[in-house]
Amino acid sequence: MKKELIRLEHISKSFDGQMVLDDLALNIHENEFVTLLGPSGCGKTTTLRILGGFVQPDTGKVIFDTQDITRMPPNKRQLNTVFQKYALFTHMTIAENIAFGLKIKKKPKSYIDDKIKYALKLVNLEGYGNRMPDSLSGGQQQRIAIARAIVNEPKVLLLDEPLGALDLKLRQEMQYELIRMKNELGITFVYVTHDQEEALTMSDTIVVMNQGYIQQIGSPESIYNEPENAFVADFIGDSNIIAATMVEDKCVEILGTRFACVDTGFGKNKPVDVVIRPEDVELVAPENGTITGVVTHLIFKGVHYEMEVMANGFEWLVHSTVLSPVGKEVGLRVDPFNIQIMNKPESEDEEAVALEI
Amino acid sequence: MKSKKHLLAAPYAAWAVIFIVVPLCMILYYGITDKQGAFTAENILAIASPGHARALWRSVLLSFVSTVICFLLAYPLAMILAAKKENNGSFIILIFILPMWMNFLLRTLAWQTLLEKTGVINSVLAFLGLPAMHMINTSSAIVLGMVYNFLPFMVLPLYNALSKIDDNVIHAAKDLGANKIQSFLHIILPLSVPGIISGVTMVFVPALTTFVISTLLGGSKVLLIGNVIEQEFTQASNWHLGSGLSIVLMIFILLNMVVTALFEKEET
Amino acid sequence: MPKTADFTKKIYVALIFIFLYAPIATLIVLSFNASKTRAKWGGFTMQWYVSLMQDETILDALGTTLLIALLSAFIAAIIGTVACIAMSGMKKKTRAVFMGVTNIPMLNADIVTGISLMLLFISLGLRFGFGTILLSHITFNIPYVILSVYPRMKQLNPSVYEAALDLGASPLTAFFRVTLPDLMPGILSGFLMAFTMSLDDFIITHFTKGSGINTLSTKIYTELRKGIKPEMYALSTIIFVTVLVLLILVNITPDKASKEKKNL
Repeated sequence: MKKELIRLEHISKSFDGQMVLDDLALNIHENEFVTLLGPSGCGKTTTLRILGGFVQPDTGKVIFDTQDITRMPPNKRQLNTVFQKYALFTHMTIAENIAFGLKIKKKPKSYIDDKIKYALKLVNLEGYGNRMPDSLSGGQQQRIAIARAIVNEPKVLLLDEPLGALDLKLRQEMQYELIRMKNELGITFVYVTHDQEEALTMSDTIVVMNQGYIQQIGSPESIYNEPENAFVADFIGDSNIIAATMVEDKCVEILGTRFACVDTGFGKNKPVDVVIRPEDVELVAPENGTITGVVTHLIFKGVHYEMEVMANGFEWLVHSTVLSPVGKEVGLRVDPFNIQIMNKPESEDEEAVALEI
Repeated sequence: MKSKKHLLAAPYAAWAVIFIVVPLCMILYYGITDKQGAFTAENILAIASPGHARALWRSVLLSFVSTVICFLLAYPLAMILAAKKENNGSFIILIFILPMWMNFLLRTLAWQTLLEKTGVINSVLAFLGLPAMHMINTSSAIVLGMVYNFLPFMVLPLYNALSKIDDNVIHAAKDLGANKIQSFLHIILPLSVPGIISGVTMVFVPALTTFVISTLLGGSKVLLIGNVIEQEFTQASNWHLGSGLSIVLMIFILLNMVVTALFEKEET
Repeated sequence: MPKTADFTKKIYVALIFIFLYAPIATLIVLSFNASKTRAKWGGFTMQWYVSLMQDETILDALGTTLLIALLSAFIAAIIGTVACIAMSGMKKKTRAVFMGVTNIPMLNADIVTGISLMLLFISLGLRFGFGTILLSHITFNIPYVILSVYPRMKQLNPSVYEAALDLGASPLTAFFRVTLPDLMPGILSGFLMAFTMSLDDFIITHFTKGSGINTLSTKIYTELRKGIKPEMYALSTIIFVTVLVLLILVNITPDKASKEKKNL
């Protein structure tokens, strides 16, 4: 395991009596790409701002490299932020923007000039030094915001939805750019987004948040394949989330039919939720299916067809490269490995969260 | 559709020509002619006469001092008000416009009551056993009247400019290591330059040209260039001379605009 | 540490407000002063409020002031709004010329504006009086309307107007039913600004009024030498308090509504 760099302990924060973060704990390691992912209002941006020093937590500690920095002002922290909508200084040239932090630290001019050159090269905007921010496109401004932050050689770069204002194609391009920059710089990135695809593409670790709580922490694969609860399953990608009963180890009853699965240890006749990804539902001849149903909707999505199949009183979402026309009777089969069993939410609070989605 | 839209410009265009452009041309015309209608530069050069020059110099000095004081008073105030985001802007603007509903002359006159030898402030001083101050009919009284009357015109543009600055830009400066003073000098102040410019113009011009404040608070002892021009029109009835002096005044106003514009360019 | 900073800020704001409102408080006190001179407090009285009702010259001046303010602000609002619509369809350069001319009365000295209008009216041979005051006030009011309507005009989404046309409205209907309501807040604040400026103007009126007619400002100015009638203080107090009450009423209602919205 890599060395731990940041530790958040028991962080709580409320605004106007409304709880935004509740007893949050999180560890971030050196050279890690961590993404805080969640819907708006989940507390991800507040968490980032607490790291940056712009918001003081009501309780809890921020430990950075074994030092408590909870009350340290932003200008003393070894972190730099790339702000939403970039927050460039519109009255300064690009070069002056990038030089700002270094001038404050009274670095020699030759050092600053070298750094500006290096940073502009890193973000692929060589020769833009004398332009004004307003004359740049959104994507270019975004790169300048990154350049301005990284010349200060922070140990951690905080990025607050940096790609939110860009169009889809540019966003995908910038995702690769960011990964490249991170590898080149060898520093930690803490990235906030509500875009699950962005999170899956770039992160080493994803922290899924909702209503001030961390729902799950894990690698993109584990978050996608083994969501711990219905919220995570629903937020990450499309899925069929169905109430079911765990009859016994390795056997779950879904909508009145027993399916084989691989999970154990849930007990007998225990109510659970199951998650089945649409691409994991196989459409077969009716006689070969575990259950049978009728195709009710069909949409061509490019890579695959998206179908809805009515079976046992539930509309199953199915992705397949093979077309089954509307009205056709089909059989549904799911590989035991692809049935993900989740505990039912226990408290009413969690239930409410699940219902709201 | 487009041609129709252009027709809509006609009423205002006509109005602006008749009531804005033509009258200014008339001042120019009167300013460079004598009573017989012959060309002369005398009216403009009259500014060099000792009395006029002194009045102009005094006006420039007092309005400059007033503008500086207004700026120094208004900037911190505008910063405090702009930081309170929950206070909606319209309320703040109303607070500053509200005094205007009490007549401008009466408001200024009230300062007489406050500053007079036997006025409120001296009564308070006497009550405290302090010596009375001579305040009314001095240049300081005029400056006070100017600051009082024109302070809102400095606060409002500054407030507008400051409240437009994105919080994140200031956060970014701090994030990059700037302390409070540095982020003020490098970020907030330069970004508020448009507000400073319009504030300075909106205070300097009326202060430079006022004749009412000097009449009310300066007695007849302190003549400003505005008083001179007013007297030429209403008492001496020498419109040519009055127009000539007005042209000089306009040159000063233009100069002020050029200087502030240059200042703006340098900043950006 | 932040608490003392907060305290200092509050004190500072309070001091500025005292500075702004001290003369106003003085005038209100004077309106209840039984002594006729400003210098002495002669006891509390309501007599100036009573005699105000019989003072025809003051009431006349008040009527003229209000009528001029109302008419000039209204006409300026119409001309200004129409000008804004015209400007939105203009080429950049033409628009810049228009905006430049609009800025002249704002940036120029009142005394110069007043004198220039006086010279114009004389050479046109107009009789000085209500008409010349009105024309002058409209002239310096139009810029206030334009400067508050035009920014709103720029923010307008042109698709909304087009959507109205698309749904079958005629251009005129579309304008009155869709564009105008969108501009209304700007027009209204421009109107109020113009009204206030007209009410508070002395200098321009001073040069364009002629004899035999007075607004409150010019009336006060002529009284300066002989001493202001205490009825004037009474009238100003009434005006000020009326406006204050109106503002509080207008401000409280939407404030509550917006706060409730926030809580949702």
